[in-house]
Amino acid sequence: MSMAPTTKSDGFFAHIFYVLRGNPITALAFILLAFFIVCALFGPLIVPYDPLASNTSNALKPPSSDHWFGTDNLGRDVFSRVIVATRLDLLISVSAVALSFVIGSILGSIAGYWGGWLDAILNRLLDTIMAFPLFVLAMGIVAALGNTIENIVYATALINIPFYARLVRAEVNIRRDAGFALAAKLAGNSDLRVLAVHIFPNALPPMMVQISLNLGWAILNAAGLSFIGLGVRPPTPEWGIMVAEGANFVISGEWWLALFPGLWLMLAVFTFNLLGDGLRDIVDPRKRT
Amino acid sequence: MSASRRDFLKLSGGAITAASLPFLKVLPASAASDVIVAVMGQTINSLDLHRTGTNRPSYQVAVNVYDRLVTFGTKVTPNGSVSYDYSVIEPEIAESWEITDSEMIFKLKPGGKFQDGSPITAQDVKWSFDRAVSLGGFPAVQMKAGSLESPDQFEAVDDLTFKIKLIRPSKLTLPDLAVPVPFVINSKVALANATDDDPWATEYLHKTPAGSGAFKVAQWKPGEQLVYERNEDYTSGPIPEIKRVIVREVPSPATRRALLERGDVNLSFNMPNKDAKELSEVDGLAIQTTPIENSIYSLCPNLGFDAFKDKRVRQAIAYSVPYQEVFDAGAYGRGEPMWGGPSMSPSDIAWPQKFPYATDLDRAKDLLKEAGMSSGFDVPLSISLGQIDWMEPVALLIQENLANIGVNATIEKIPSANWRTASLVEKRLPLHLETFGGWLNYPCYYFFWCFLEGHLFNSSNYRNEEIEVLTLETLHMPIDDPDYAPKIKRMIEIIWDEVPRIALWQPALSVGMNGVKDFEYWFHRQLDVRNLKGV
Amino acid sequence: MSGRYKTISLRIAQAIPVLFGVVVVSFILTRALPGDPAVYFAGASATEESIAQVREALGLDKSLPEQFVIYLGDLLRGDLGQSISTGQAVTDDLARRLPASLELTLMALFISCSIAVPLGVMAATKPGSLRDHICRVIVTAGVSLPTFFTGILLIYIFYYLLGIAPSPLGRLDFIYIEPDTVTGFYLIDAALIGDWETWFGALKQLILPATTLALFTMAPIARMTRAAMLSALSSDFVRTARAAGLSSSKILYGYALHNAMLPVITTLGMVFSFTLGANVLVEKVFAWPGIGSYAIEALVASDYAAVQGFVLAMAILFVLLNLTIDIAYSLIDPRIGFEER
Repeated sequence: MSMAPTTKSDGFFAHIFYVLRGNPITALAFILLAFFIVCALFGPLIVPYDPLASNTSNALKPPSSDHWFGTDNLGRDVFSRVIVATRLDLLISVSAVALSFVIGSILGSIAGYWGGWLDAILNRLLDTIMAFPLFVLAMGIVAALGNTIENIVYATALINIPFYARLVRAEVNIRRDAGFALAAKLAGNSDLRVLAVHIFPNALPPMMVQISLNLGWAILNAAGLSFIGLGVRPPTPEWGIMVAEGANFVISGEWWLALFPGLWLMLAVFTFNLLGDGLRDIVDPRKRT
Repeated sequence: MSASRRDFLKLSGGAITAASLPFLKVLPASAASDVIVAVMGQTINSLDLHRTGTNRPSYQVAVNVYDRLVTFGTKVTPNGSVSYDYSVIEPEIAESWEITDSEMIFKLKPGGKFQDGSPITAQDVKWSFDRAVSLGGFPAVQMKAGSLESPDQFEAVDDLTFKIKLIRPSKLTLPDLAVPVPFVINSKVALANATDDDPWATEYLHKTPAGSGAFKVAQWKPGEQLVYERNEDYTSGPIPEIKRVIVREVPSPATRRALLERGDVNLSFNMPNKDAKELSEVDGLAIQTTPIENSIYSLCPNLGFDAFKDKRVRQAIAYSVPYQEVFDAGAYGRGEPMWGGPSMSPSDIAWPQKFPYATDLDRAKDLLKEAGMSSGFDVPLSISLGQIDWMEPVALLIQENLANIGVNATIEKIPSANWRTASLVEKRLPLHLETFGGWLNYPCYYFFWCFLEGHLFNSSNYRNEEIEVLTLETLHMPIDDPDYAPKIKRMIEIIWDEVPRIALWQPALSVGMNGVKDFEYWFHRQLDVRNLKGV
Repeated sequence: MSGRYKTISLRIAQAIPVLFGVVVVSFILTRALPGDPAVYFAGASATEESIAQVREALGLDKSLPEQFVIYLGDLLRGDLGQSISTGQAVTDDLARRLPASLELTLMALFISCSIAVPLGVMAATKPGSLRDHICRVIVTAGVSLPTFFTGILLIYIFYYLLGIAPSPLGRLDFIYIEPDTVTGFYLIDAALIGDWETWFGALKQLILPATTLALFTMAPIARMTRAAMLSALSSDFVRTARAAGLSSSKILYGYALHNAMLPVITTLGMVFSFTLGANVLVEKVFAWPGIGSYAIEALVASDYAAVQGFVLAMAILFVLLNLTIDIAYSLIDPRIGFEER
């Protein structure tokens, strides 16, 4: 969010406030976001139980005042695990999206600014990635490289790169011959500087929406990988794994194992998805409807 | 709905059963009493066990659709369930046999017929046995375990007399003829479909069985379902009660449970322990749980890993396992405990029997201190993704207790495709879970696979001179030999002391039934539908 | 017209390097998968020699470049190889399973559109209203749920608890007669022979998995409908129609919606190919014999031929779909050209 255009800051915050008041759902999204950030930062400090400590004599207990979200098949406290997992899940999605944002932006800028054969090659490359069924590609990468957190991040980043590269390429392409770019060049700036300082920032507003959508999508992607057994290593709590493992307990009546992490996961993705619209409204007032 | 049911019942009066239709047009309702719908989680990938790449679930076809020379008897276990009987060998295709130290001679049943009506001859048996030892891969290995190694050993003396020349007298040879591998194929049909590139007709038999078994394959849709239909002219044993069995593949265990509970399927094969435990209390459902003979779920410290070279460290690990919790969370009490035995030397040769270890963290710490390892060490604890339902909780509990004695274990999940390679072939996993179960029910057979250096299931890289000698001495020795029991006791004593494998529990196979009864358990742990009956 | 053919053939020519790229990447990816198929398929109690025999039988003892050349040669002959986990030719497997996945995906999109398009139109008529917000929350909630979770939840509620839905056992319950294969789509094949009983049977099996996928795909369709409707409603011709005194429903459905359909269709194309890839998880939950569940099994077993065949089939489908959309687009709206954007 720090990437929002730097207008006069007073006016900016007033604008945010205005947008939020006019759009209660965006306001809700920001509140939820703040909640998740607090959980991510302070989660391990505020949970009532050790998320890793098992207690088999207390396994599979339904939600109660002691265990708000019940206990799992090893007697671990589901509430503590759900809260502690926030940090890891946000970390995975934020770093995956950051990675694809950076790489996508660089590739897209180069292709859009210089064009020619670089552009042609890059386009075919992106087409190739897009032609893969993306989730299966991510599965393949994680299966091939091993299921560590880093590899999940790399796989998620890779399948997102085309979206950013395409977007940036289009935005840069439109503006490379625009008056302000030519003026900056005539003023003696290098190509790289013109690209980085004058042209690229224009691509940021539309990318904000993409980023927030992708943050949600990255979490879902990691959850899907967990479901087929390619997620993070146990006993690390992670929402996707908890839902995936809990799903097998639903039919036998232990619904709380999957429901609460599922709810949390959904809420997080929901927040990011709603945030996209709000951010767009904030950074780009013309698109307000 | 009711119309198609009626159609089916009408047709099943004769029209369908008379001819073996390649594809059934009418599939029956689960309610019909002589039709059974079974579900399982795995997929059948071939109808020919001998073919390269045939997976374990496919072995059931060799059992249901083909016959062997001999078979094991049937018994009722103390808990009332039906099981094969390892102590009794009964005729199947063969009518009688004579065994000397140098040969076995089998007389085939006169009038024995394949499913196409042609007679079963000794030439068919010879061709099938030649095939089993010649195609390589697992069938050849299993044949070799029974000292059946080369086509030269097999001879068709006349149409109804088949002779095996023995390399050595061994107690393993006769039972090895009753495992799924040496099944008898209709060689006339197979040869008619063989080519120069494919002299053993693997492509043909892969999709089209040519056997004499109790059931025919009426339809096979790989990845979806297999439909068995009763062989009305079965000659090798009693004709089954059930007309038709539909085996449907349902990957999700939760879905399988729901289907069984709601009565939409009659049988759920190899249920997760948790479901077996919970559903055994439900009215109308019968859950049959049979401990798997000659099998132990074990924790294996690898001697290729420096810290585990010292037996005191391995013993420390054995004392640190939270056995009861592991058994509760991994097996939900289904199976037999294998810990807490009374003495460091066995009183009999029962196998598997309780290892003399129990959870004792102080003892574990002392042992580590004696070994100069009191500061602990790091070790990866590997589990297979394919068996995560029990391996993960078990690994987590072990990891927690190891942390208490200063051993820092990280859990590593290995995809099932890689599991065999890593654990059994390369034997490179420092600490891992292992599940070997021997088809032939002798302790020496277990030792042969698990404790001899270089043998496949010795994933701990264990070697002990005395074990090497004793195992090979006892392997072919008759069990009534006076030397047998003392030697086996000595072997058990050694591996108890040196613990290259730490026994956790003896696993069990659970089958859920709704509207059927008398599922017969077999050592091969695949779905044998021949003995099933409606309720 | 000749210009159009030229551009179309140019477009096809552009697809060739993409497909080649897919072939190369999928080949490398499968070879990088852990595990040795030879060991996996040599089975229990295999020895060194038996593993070596299996490896030779699978052609895995050759060098990678050699294997690649052999693979390319086979591809050119239309031979995708043999899947080791199902034991069938990959082309047969795909031919049987692709219609199952397509039928499911199309059904899901049908459900999705019939809910999402009206929602989008409704939202666009009063942007910023409570109605708009509710629409947004509903569709966003749908896309926020992991599909495997929704699937199991629906099975639990509608099959296990309520007993309304049929057993989640794939495409058809046992009691029905499977229609003769014409298209491979059960709904079409059953309708062709007039077997309505089977038709309803197949439809019943479709509803839960299709709903699961539909929940997931509503969001992009509803959003695009809303956006396209908004821009159509604010355009000149609508203003003119209003000025001419046409009824608001006539304007909304007669003119605005018609004009908003083009971007919606494009989105639909994207959603379609995305869904076809995303239903791997749903297929697993519902025991649906489609190509998604096939791909998962193949990947877990390091079944090279099957993974490559699946990826290639999906890539071809993707390329064809884009081509069709482009061509359809240019036919609908002649202003749109093919030049490199």
